[in-house]
Amino acid sequence: MSAALDPAHPARGPGDRLTGLFWRRPSVLLALLLAPPLLWLGVVYVGSLVALLWQSFYSIDEFSGVVVPELTLKTYAELLRPSNADVILRTATMAAAVTIASAVLAFPIAYYAARYAKGRWKAAFYLGVMLPLWSSYLVKVYAWKLILAKEGIVTWAFEGLGAGNLLNAVLAIPVIGGNSLSTSYIGTFLVFLYVWLPFMILPMQASLERVPATMLEASGDLGARPGQTFRHVILPLAMPGVIAGSIFTFSLTLGDYIIPQIVGSSRLFIGQAVYTLQGTAGNIPLAAAFAVVPILIMLVYLAVARRLGAFDAL
Amino acid sequence: MTAAVDFSHVSRQFGSGAAAVRAVDDVSLTIAEGEFFAMLGPSGSGKTTCLRLISGFESPNDGTIRIFGQDMGSVPPNRRHVNTVFQDYALFPHMTVRDNVAYGLMVRGVDRRTRMARAEEMLGLVHLPEFGGRKPGQLSGGQRQRVALARALVNEPRVLLLDEPLGALDLKLREAMQDELKSLQKRLGITFVFVTHDQGEALSMADRVAVFSKGKIVQTGSPAEVYERPATRFVADFVGSSNVLDPAQSARLGGPARWTSLRPEAIRLAGEGTPGTVTTLRYLGAGTRVSVALAAGEDLGVLLPAGAPVPAPGDPVRLTWERSAMHAMEGEA
Repeated sequence: MSAALDPAHPARGPGDRLTGLFWRRPSVLLALLLAPPLLWLGVVYVGSLVALLWQSFYSIDEFSGVVVPELTLKTYAELLRPSNADVILRTATMAAAVTIASAVLAFPIAYYAARYAKGRWKAAFYLGVMLPLWSSYLVKVYAWKLILAKEGIVTWAFEGLGAGNLLNAVLAIPVIGGNSLSTSYIGTFLVFLYVWLPFMILPMQASLERVPATMLEASGDLGARPGQTFRHVILPLAMPGVIAGSIFTFSLTLGDYIIPQIVGSSRLFIGQAVYTLQGTAGNIPLAAAFAVVPILIMLVYLAVARRLGAFDAL
Repeated sequence: MTAAVDFSHVSRQFGSGAAAVRAVDDVSLTIAEGEFFAMLGPSGSGKTTCLRLISGFESPNDGTIRIFGQDMGSVPPNRRHVNTVFQDYALFPHMTVRDNVAYGLMVRGVDRRTRMARAEEMLGLVHLPEFGGRKPGQLSGGQRQRVALARALVNEPRVLLLDEPLGALDLKLREAMQDELKSLQKRLGITFVFVTHDQGEALSMADRVAVFSKGKIVQTGSPAEVYERPATRFVADFVGSSNVLDPAQSARLGGPARWTSLRPEAIRLAGEGTPGTVTTLRYLGAGTRVSVALAAGEDLGVLLPAGAPVPAPGDPVRLTWERSAMHAMEGEA
């Protein structure tokens, strides 16, 4: 029939008919495209999350060590015991410190890349930021262990500069200090900062890129000093990027169990707690309860960010 | 009386070496206080760079810029009594309209109550009193333009710079805004410097027009002067697309042996006069522009008023005009 209507473009078989169907009913194409990812997200991803949440309401029989499949809040009560609450507090504090430090470090880099870097320099920026992501995470962490070790290059450099006492003074600070950088919270913090920094820079740069130059000029034109322009225009407009970046750095730090195991004091982080509880200890309910904590923290964090208007510029 | 804005041999160059471009090339100009001054020119002619030199977003490589007698050599944009209405309006999307308008007062530390009252006052001035609580994203183009105007005026600038402010508006709105800007300027008595590539806009609004070409000012004068007595071929062609005749053509058609401008509306179709053939017609609504190829080879544009009989392409016609309508120009360029 269509051949009769348009002799120049005869129908050419099932492919054409399919194209025609998609053209008449775009929702069919959309449904076909979305079905696989929705299945994956819905069943595999959300499903396992729900299973996890569910198991956190089970408990373990203290004598036999067997999981009792009855819903109870016992496991959550256990989670709030000082030794476990410490793990949560330690991890959340580390995640917050890493997030703030990466935001401060990333901003100038992202700002330069968004506003000044052109052509070759822009390529150099992307390469510089992404290159570390291409090598193995484990290799980088072990490299950092060597760098931060007592016999490592950092100690050597401090001593060579005659600042060995300074390093010792820093390591003597209670709680965050330690025997050497590689066995202190400072070391853990530095490695986290290094590993997650690109995840802060890239979204920040993307959001800064969307701020038109005339907006900054308008601010100056109306009498704002550069500091005021930063506070009232650049920062609010860059906030969605900062929040996106902080979601990465914060949640990645909350969940990581390798870095604190290789670099740092031997005190546990949430990830390590989950790892040991579900493995050797066989306490799946408590492991699940621990795993729920980062999710809750992130939800609270996003709610607060939204409240403060971080997404107003979206 | 000191001039509001004074350029003395100002040049601004972008890039360096062989790739250097002189965006503004040895420009001297004086804008009087209270004047509505238009900078007119095609894109890339240096008019916007001149505006940015006044606001301080560009610095001259050479020459001095004075605003009310004060040398602007080391004065940053935020310390100049000059405000700008940007081409893309540059409203802050995360602030309400009221906060946008009050921004200039906020950064100067004016207390909240006073600045909100002033913002409302300015919104009333631009006929948007109900819109203070909205975000810029919820406004139409014309409304955004008014907010940008209110925001620039809240600081009571001594010079207001407008960078193609009407470019993004549709025709009807543009004409309404032209009248409104003009009356606003009269009422406030502020010096307006207006950049545009639209000659109609410049002629209808400005007290004085500077025509820019390739980084230089080719003519400055009242709209009537610029339109009726263009100094160069460029001005004649750019302002009102005049017929530009070289010395030989001009002499052949009874004018002086100089470069000459002959306005299309000065030519009439008549029973006698110079013979030619109609080549194309362009219907303009308020008239029709007829291209006529003369027997001697020239191509003349003729503007027929609406209601006049319009010939068809290919028709033989005769053209006549007053000798005084042939305006000899000084420059060649």
